[in-house]
Amino acid sequence: MTHSLLWAATSELAGPTWNLALDVQRMLAVHFMVNALRAGTAVAVVAAVVGWFMVMRQQSFVGHTLAVVSFPGAAVAIWIGASVTIGFFAGSLAAALVIAAARRTPIGRVRSQESALIGTVQAAALALGAIAVALYGGFLDNLTGLLFGSFLGVSDGQVIVLLVVSIGVLAAVCAVGRPLLFSSVDEAVADARGVPVRLLATGFLIVLALTAAEVSQVTGALLVFALLVMPAAAAQQMTARPGLAIVLAVVIGVLVVWLALSAAFYSTWPVGFFVATFGFAAFVVASAARRTVDRWGSSRQRASTQRASNQGAPTVVSGQGVAVVQA
Amino acid sequence: MMAASVWTEPFVWWAVLAGTAIALAAGLVGHVTVLRGQVFAGDALSHVAVTGSLAALAFGVDLRLGLYGGCLGFALLLAVLGGRKGADDTVIGSVFAWVLGLGALFLSLYASNGSGEATGGTAGVSVLFGSLVGLTGRQAVVDAAVSLAVAGVIVVVARPLIFASLDPAVARAGGVPVRMLSTLLFLLLGVIAAVATQAVGALLLLGLLAAPAGAAQRLVARPFAALWLSAGIAMASVWCGLIVSCLWPSIPASPAIIVAAATAYGLAWTASVRRSALLTRLAPASTGTVADDLVCSA
Repeated sequence: MTHSLLWAATSELAGPTWNLALDVQRMLAVHFMVNALRAGTAVAVVAAVVGWFMVMRQQSFVGHTLAVVSFPGAAVAIWIGASVTIGFFAGSLAAALVIAAARRTPIGRVRSQESALIGTVQAAALALGAIAVALYGGFLDNLTGLLFGSFLGVSDGQVIVLLVVSIGVLAAVCAVGRPLLFSSVDEAVADARGVPVRLLATGFLIVLALTAAEVSQVTGALLVFALLVMPAAAAQQMTARPGLAIVLAVVIGVLVVWLALSAAFYSTWPVGFFVATFGFAAFVVASAARRTVDRWGSSRQRASTQRASNQGAPTVVSGQGVAVVQA
Repeated sequence: MMAASVWTEPFVWWAVLAGTAIALAAGLVGHVTVLRGQVFAGDALSHVAVTGSLAALAFGVDLRLGLYGGCLGFALLLAVLGGRKGADDTVIGSVFAWVLGLGALFLSLYASNGSGEATGGTAGVSVLFGSLVGLTGRQAVVDAAVSLAVAGVIVVVARPLIFASLDPAVARAGGVPVRMLSTLLFLLLGVIAAVATQAVGALLLLGLLAAPAGAAQRLVARPFAALWLSAGIAMASVWCGLIVSCLWPSIPASPAIIVAAATAYGLAWTASVRRSALLTRLAPASTGTVADDLVCSA
């Protein structure tokens, strides 16, 4: 497992010193750490941007499914001897297309049916992955890598693929940013104003699939959510303004990855644990801060003006998340 | 070929016993979960089951302790988070992603705990993908008993539970304890996640929850008929999966079960899409959307 590789590297180097610059320098001297930082940064930026839209659209379940589904893609790719990278992308994209196609039927737009459909797609894909693993036999070490990540095993070629996909996804999101935002905030109104909401929904699923597949190559299929949801959720707690929120999400995501990689470099615990923990800490701190500010703000408001708390706390974006499937 | 000899082995029959009971309970709980659009909670619980089991392995306590402790604890947390307006996907997602991060830690602790990498991998795989045919007689009986208890509770509270799921506001006005039922459902979901993890595996139990229920709701409009149909489809999937796995021993049972359930869902989906197309054609006077709405609400 990757973790023993890390242990081997760190045991020669001894623990961290109090000299921060020296510590960073020592970390950058190791090639796989440089690759991990490059790949981690590329992935964190895209995950934060796309994740923010995902949170706005309340499509966490879809996002999680597309991420998990990249694992069977990779398992099948290993089984038939194709490239793992292609497997990751193929798995997620196939699931996105299935879900998008099913959502176009009238039945697929009922909320409860949609969740049953997504759950079924996820379980079926994982089952196929498990069968591929069983038929192939004997890549258990790879399996834990696929599920729990191989931050430290990122190759030079993979870094380039990740960079290219990141830029592509970011360009796509930038190109349709405004209509996508509009349809994410209020799909019905956007539809009425002539925004092609169906097309955007399908396009976003594909973007989400590409992102999920990309992130899962680094964090493992099970931990994609740490980078996809947590920075976006934390940013959403801090501000309601879309532009600022996206920038904040990117900053949080990148910081989480850097801190997690550094922490893992100087400890024996896995990177995935640190990524999830730092991301979650950001989310918890952000929501606690928001609650405090809200309370402070509303109590001050109550003190200064006599027409007290008929509004309560200032409105935040999370309150106006609109159900996505109201066709 | 090999099939004849396999059926005389006792473990197959233990698998049939446990699998049938688990499927019955999962089908019933799954129906209500799908009605409420809360499949994501089941997804989250299945991942918590991974962490719970891995924690138990890492600290050397009984696997079931970690499994039930993790699932029930998280189910209670979901009930609390759910509060008044239903749990927010974002919050659920953030919490369970972190729980999963803990799982990664426990896996690495367990693997480095002297048990060796291979053991860690094998244990991880059996937690993730289950081993229905690996159950001992005692385990099978316990699993079956717990599942039947869950199924019994669902049957007893089915009427108010479905009422509260379909229209919580009216149910509350009619004196149904909506909040309590929601907590109860989360707890039952936690129990079934813990039981099913041992049989079909944490990553696959979502299939037993979502696919049979989704299929049943496609085929039958009345919620109570769909409740039983869902349980029936789930049990049939387990039997199909076990038969396939016995005929071709290289295919493990748990994934075969899920593939069977997903196939049932696919067939039901196709049938209902064709039916809705037919309805649209039969009612040319009305606009497409009205017909769609009829089908959707049916």
